[in-house]
Amino acid sequence: MPVSSAISIAPQAVPGRPIVRLEHVSKTFSNGTVALKDMSLSIGEGEFVSLLGPSGCGKSTALRIIAGLGEATTGRVDWPTMAHDAAGKVEREIGFVFQEPTLMPWATVFKNVWLPLRLAGISKQAARARVMEALDMVGLASFADAYPRELSGGMKMRVSIARALVTRPRVLLMDEPFAALDEITRQKLNDDLLRLWAQFGWTVVFVTHSVFESVYLSTRIVVMAPRPGRVIDEIAVVAPSPRDLAFRTSPEYSELTRRTSQSLHSALGANDHL
Amino acid sequence: MTELQQSVVASETGEPQTQAESGPPPHERILRVIIPLVMLGGLIALWAWYVKAYNVPHYILPGPDLVAQAMVRDWGVLGPALLVTLTITFEALAIALVGGVLIAILFASSRWVEIALSPYMVILQVTPIIAIAPLILIYTSTTQQALLICAWIVAFFPVLSNTTQGLKSTDHNLLNLYELYGASRWQTLFLLKLPAALPYFLTGLRIAGGLALIAAVVAEFAAGSAGAGSGLAFRLLESQYRLNIPRLFAALILLCATGVAIFGATSLLSHLLLRRWHESAIRREN
Ligand SMILES: Nc1ncnc2c1ncn2[C@@H]1O[C@H](COP(=O)(O)OP(=O)(O)OP(=O)(O)O)[C@@H](O)[C@H]1O
Ligand SMILES: [Mg+2]
Repeated sequence: MPVSSAISIAPQAVPGRPIVRLEHVSKTFSNGTVALKDMSLSIGEGEFVSLLGPSGCGKSTALRIIAGLGEATTGRVDWPTMAHDAAGKVEREIGFVFQEPTLMPWATVFKNVWLPLRLAGISKQAARARVMEALDMVGLASFADAYPRELSGGMKMRVSIARALVTRPRVLLMDEPFAALDEITRQKLNDDLLRLWAQFGWTVVFVTHSVFESVYLSTRIVVMAPRPGRVIDEIAVVAPSPRDLAFRTSPEYSELTRRTSQSLHSALGANDHL
Repeated sequence: MTELQQSVVASETGEPQTQAESGPPPHERILRVIIPLVMLGGLIALWAWYVKAYNVPHYILPGPDLVAQAMVRDWGVLGPALLVTLTITFEALAIALVGGVLIAILFASSRWVEIALSPYMVILQVTPIIAIAPLILIYTSTTQQALLICAWIVAFFPVLSNTTQGLKSTDHNLLNLYELYGASRWQTLFLLKLPAALPYFLTGLRIAGGLALIAAVVAEFAAGSAGAGSGLAFRLLESQYRLNIPRLFAALILLCATGVAIFGATSLLSHLLLRRWHESAIRREN
């Protein structure tokens, strides 16, 4: 198989020191569904990792387990660099964007975004500047006093993104955050995300269905296959930064998408039911 | 800012219409008041006509004029009785609300407490109040107390079961979110679970309001004692014994009006609390 110089299959190619490590993680739900089987993954500081795979392959489950929501059935999740609290639990500095907007319908956009700070004991007045800054990043500053039901699906999702950004987390976990958005807004938020990622040095784990999005954004793509959910391929994306229109029309880009699509197809092919 | 960004931002800088009225349009609102009033007037006219046309004796069915007269003439008796019934109803309702919500919080936070206690809550609910009223009358020192306890037992359950259901139906993703940001139990309760349970609680309140009145009346029938502190139910019975049918009707109308007023007040409260965000209080606009 001809592989261009921009591509290398290097599962262990982790740039920074690992910030989170999954070791042989399996998850079986009480109804017997094996959502994840023996998944191992090491994510380095400053990486932008995409989890790519068909519907139902356990991407959301993996992301939740990384966030500490729901225990793994077997295996462990390590945060080597993060502090532990008195009870021995990891104090994760995480921002999480759920697959659904997950807003409180009784609270205005402002109050929804304020929530993470409010839970940390920061008053409305003290939080105002940061909340408005986060809303500004997603272009919704003028909707601070609106209620979620007054927003479109994509706007709700952007509020949810603002809420994840407001704490300035070290690690950002995003579950298909842009799936409900139109092409233009999606592209804008992709670019914003890349800019903020470079600016703040975040580590991002990004779940997506889209081959193009994963290639455009990530430094590494983790391809997963369903039933049982598992990692079948890792693709390192060595590409120029900043990534822009030029990158998206470059031969490297199309080669990477071709390579990634192939991998994704083998993920589907590996399954008899589809 | 790129041109792309500007266009996205520009398309959304228009202030959202958050101040828009969420109620029906004006002409519909007027009709909503007029139609029931016309209907009521029509029914009273029909009643008056029927009594006159068929010469119905006033000790069977008095005309509306006689009932109105009785209402004015006997106000000295009926007014205090109404006050007694209202006091019992609202006291019972208030205790039921506080108790129901507190026990619901207990149930939602501990499954074992719920497993231990909920059978007795159900037993209290399914036993007809008229059957326990005599016992309660024996155990309490005053009739007032007995009536209060009866009304409370009946009003308590809908508040409890609805609020418990509401507290348990909190969106799991939101619970995850709170957990992720290290929310304390109290923060989760006050900022998430209680607001999420509000629509359920308000449904319970509306049911409980009507039931508290019914229970206060039923229990007084069971008590049947006269005295300074007699409520509307006793005045009803008394009018029946004395064949003072116009007064009986007047008392009945007062009871109906009280029930309607309680329902209206709880519905209004519910609307005011939910009108900004809950589907039930928002007009569908598509
Ligand atoms: N709470 C649950 N109980 C039982 N099974 C579950 C539960 N949540 C998820 N599953 C199962 O686990 C598997 C993985 O689900 P998951 O939500 O992680 O998929 P996904 O990769 O995020 O899919 P999508 O791209 O459609 O969001 C699915 O087969 C699903 O049926
Ligand atoms: Mg998912």
